[in-house]
Order: sequence, then C-alpha cells, then structure tokens
Amino acid sequence: MSAQAISREHGLAAQLSGDPRRRRREALVRQAFLSAATVSLLISALIIFSLIGRTIGFLTQVDLSSLWSIGWFPRRGFFDIKTIVVGTFLVSAIALMVAAPIGLGAAIYLSEYASPRARRLLKPILETLAGIPSVVMGYFALNFISPEIVQRLSSRASLFNVACAGIGVGILVVPLVASVAEDAMHAVPGSIREAAYGLGAKKMTTSIRVVVPAAVSGIVAALILGISRAIGETMVVAIAAGATGGHLFTVDVFGPAQTMTGAMSSLATGSDQVRGATGAYPSLFFVGFLLFVMTFGLNVVSERFVRRVRKRY
Amino acid sequence: MSVTQLSTADVVRQALRGKRLDLRGTIFQLALLLTLIVSLGVLAALLVQVIGDGWVVFRDRGVDFLTSPLSASAKRAGIQQGLIGSVILMIFVILLAFPIGIGAAIYLEEYAKDNTMTRFMTANIRNLAGVPSIVYGLLGLAIFVLVLKPLTGGLSAFSGGLTLAVLVLPIVIITSMEAIRAVPQSIREAAYGVGATKWQVVRHHVLPYASSGILTGTVLSIARALGETAPLILVGAITGVFFQSSGNPIDRLQGPYTSLPTVVFSWTRLPAAEFRHLAAAAIMVLLVVILAINATAILLRNRYERKW
Repeated sequence: MSAQAISREHGLAAQLSGDPRRRRREALVRQAFLSAATVSLLISALIIFSLIGRTIGFLTQVDLSSLWSIGWFPRRGFFDIKTIVVGTFLVSAIALMVAAPIGLGAAIYLSEYASPRARRLLKPILETLAGIPSVVMGYFALNFISPEIVQRLSSRASLFNVACAGIGVGILVVPLVASVAEDAMHAVPGSIREAAYGLGAKKMTTSIRVVVPAAVSGIVAALILGISRAIGETMVVAIAAGATGGHLFTVDVFGPAQTMTGAMSSLATGSDQVRGATGAYPSLFFVGFLLFVMTFGLNVVSERFVRRVRKRY
Repeated sequence: MSVTQLSTADVVRQALRGKRLDLRGTIFQLALLLTLIVSLGVLAALLVQVIGDGWVVFRDRGVDFLTSPLSASAKRAGIQQGLIGSVILMIFVILLAFPIGIGAAIYLEEYAKDNTMTRFMTANIRNLAGVPSIVYGLLGLAIFVLVLKPLTGGLSAFSGGLTLAVLVLPIVIITSMEAIRAVPQSIREAAYGVGATKWQVVRHHVLPYASSGILTGTVLSIARALGETAPLILVGAITGVFFQSSGNPIDRLQGPYTSLPTVVFSWTRLPAAEFRHLAAAAIMVLLVVILAINATAILLRNRYERKW
C-alpha cells in the first residue's frame, strides 16, 4: 500500500469518528450512566458495612450468654436469639400454609386453564392484592383476621396472636408466589403438553403430572421467595403479633410472640429512649444482620432454581 | 355384515370420547378457580372492614380530617402532616431514584459489555430488590441519620426521602432494564447505519420506544414507596404527635416528619376505638391513592404496550 493511500485512509477514519466535541460528549454521557450504575454497588457495600460494623460492636458490648436466655427483652439485657428466630419461623410457616395452596392454585389456573379473556379479568385480582401496603394488611389482621377467624378457631386465642399475623403475611405473599410459579409454568413448551394429550391424558393429568413436574424448579423457587418475603415482612407482625417491648420464648401460635422484624420495629418505636439502654440500640443492627443473611441466602437459592428452569427450556 | 361394521365404529367412537363427564377434572378446575375467588373475597372483606370502620370519620368531619394536624384527641386529629410528609418523600423518590435508576439501566443494557463485572452488577441489583425493606431502614439509620447528620439533620424528612429513594432504586433499574431490552436490535442497527452515535441511538430511538415500559415501572414503584412504613419508622418518621417546624423549606426538610402509612400505623396501635376509626379513614385515603396509581400504570401498559 502506498503512503498516499494510507494517509487517505487515516483521513477517512478521522472523518468517520466525528468531531472531537461529539466524541467528548459521548464519553461524558457514558461516564454519567456508569456512575449511576455504580450507585447500586455503593448501596450494597454500605448495607454490608453498616450491618457488620455495628453487629461486631454489639457482640463485643454484651455478655454473650445473654444471646441464649429466657426471652427477648433488649432493654433488660436479654437478647435470646431463639425466641425471635422461632417467632419468625412460626409466622413464616403459617404464611406459607396460606400462600402455597392459594398462590400455586392460582398459578396453575392462570397458566393452564384460563382463557385469555379470563386471564385479563382475573389477573388484576392478584395485582391489586400485590398493591395493598403491609400496614393496611396489619390493620386487617388485627381487626378482622384475629377476631373473625383465629379467635373462632381457638377460644383461648388472644387478640394479638402469631396466627393472625401469619395469615396476614401469607395473603401478602400470595401474588409473589403466584407470579413466579406462573412464569415457570408458562416457560414449559406447548409441545410437551401436546405430547401428553397425544397419549390420551386429560387436562388435569397433563397439568399435575406433566406441567408441574416440568416446572418444579420454578415452583420451588416461588415458595422459597415467598418464605424470604415472609421473614422480612415487618408491619403486619409489628401490629398484629403483639409483644411490643419483649417476650418470653414461646411456640404458642394463639398467643403473642416476638419475631425478628417485630423486635426491630418495637426497638425503633418504643416509648422509652432506645439510645439510652446499653446494647438495646445496637441489637437493632444485630437482628438486621441476621435477617439480611437469612433472606440473602434464601434469595440466592431461589435464583439458582429459577435459572435451572430457564436453562432447560 | 354392515350391521357389525357400524357397531364397531360406534364402539371406537365411544371409547375415544371417554366418559361424558370428567368429574375429578371438573372438581380440580373448580378448586383452582376457588383460590382466585378466595383472593377476591379477602380483598372484599378488607374493603368492607376498612370502609365500615372509617366512613363515620368522613361523615362526621368531612375534609376537616384531611386538613387537621395530628393530635392526641381523636376528635381533632387529622392526616394533614401525613399527606405533606408523603408528598415530600415521593418528591425525593422521583428526583433521585428515577434518574439514577433509569441511567443505571441504560448503562447495563446499552453500554456495558457482557463481562464478569456487568453480570456481578446485575446479580447485585437483583439481590438488592430482595432485601427486606426494614434493612433499608437500618441503612438509612446508620448512614443518612448518623453519618450524614450535618446534611440531613438526623431523624428528618431528608433522611426518610433518601431511604425510600434507595429502597425503590433496584425496582426502577430492573423494570427499566426489561423495558429497554424489549426494544428490538434492528431499530438500533438502523440508527447506527445512518451514522448515529451511541447516545443518539439511545436518546432518539431506544428511550422513546422503551418509555411506556419505563413509565409503568416507575409509576408502580411510586405506589410501592408510598405504602412503605417499616424503613421510615427506623429513620424517624414520627409515630406520635409533633408540631411542624415552620419557616424556610430547608428547616422543614431537616425537621420532624411523618407519612400517611406511618400515621395509620401509630393510630392502629392505640387501643381506643376512635383511633381505630381514624386509622381506617386514613387507610381509605391511602388505598384510593395507591389503587389510582396502580390503575394508571396498568392502563398505561395496556394502552402503549407494543408487540414487535
């Protein structure tokens, strides 16, 4: 190639790359978007940093034997982990007993049975339910679910009880379980259903024996995600499960109990000064750290399951 | 001969048709439909309970309930401060979470190469969306209230607004990314083909086509932020009575605040029946606003949804 041709190509390339002002503007815009994206990393770092830092501070401050004692009374120096973890577990278990059948049933109906028109009519029910703020569900749990349902099931149930909080949380989780499970069943190719029909299977057999097993990873993911949401749900528990201030270790679902999120909200809203009591205020971060680790673990596991469905089809 | 042939065909046809009524299948289908009917029933019971409890407040007081400040006396208490607080918080969400969220989504979908860093960022955002809202309250308490106290004024509307903006950011990013991803590649290629730069492609072609999806997602995230209570009680939303600091807007941002759902929470916790009525009335206002926002989002989606 002659020198002249090379210089001509150079000129052409310079022309194509546009004028420097335009290039600078492009770089600037890119930089702005990049920094916007970096904000998300910063937030994660700050969450982990502030939780771990103050949790370590809490653990060095309190007597470690107080973490395994008679109950959760942060202002008196009793920080029994099992009380609040078992409380959270009870609420989540009841929530799952409500959300699993309703959410999965709705998902199977919407994915396998509903005509497009029925879907358009029925889907907004779940979307509206998803829009109900948790504080409103807390009000409903305390003023309706507790007196009208739980206290009718058990005459010794108190007004504030674990069962009504669990049912309320379960209702809040239904739309999430339904939408994740429906997505998974939607991803099952039609050819698999047609193969089942070709063998003479009925609609119900196809749904239960073919589509559900094919989408099982996504369904498991939906349930795990539901548990994770239930564990982190705060307002329903804070309003309806009672035990503001603290509670003894209990497994009674018809009485009040303290959960992890309930403990945090009562620490934050307690009438006496949270900052005064030694250990009470940092214990907020300790519980938050436990909550973060649990939900993070569950979310990662459920993401694994979702990816398995996606990979297969 | 012909008689037996006919009967064979009949037998085959009958066998293929199966039993006329598939009883178990029908029961199964009804049971599935029942789950949706139960959900509808729960919604109906909730509305009946709330309206039954709350309508007396509007009957007796009318707009006075909307314009009165918080009070220890149930006869005079109103939601004015809650409404103002919620509006301030939503302004923070709109001004902070929307531009940053949409910008991050544009970067991740249009600019970032598919490498480990990008995948890590996306996974991180998905995890952030799953973090319980009360943990964001702890973040706000540790960073905005304690570390940034000179700027935010501690337990203030400023801290609350920042916390809510951080809370909805991952949701805004995820929904915007989905909307941007739905724009077909051919549109970008056509724009590059006539010499557009990356930013020109994004601004003139990708964003206009993705705008309805982005709008739907952002509108829904406002509804989400409006109903959040748990993080706010950690960053100082007042659950009792307080007096609005008057004066210039900066004092107001750095002063005490509350929000509509926080008012609902504090009234629900009080044992007196009058406060239960007040809580129900405040819930009616909250639900009307949230359901209107959600309906707007669904309408937007149905109206502008594009099939490529």
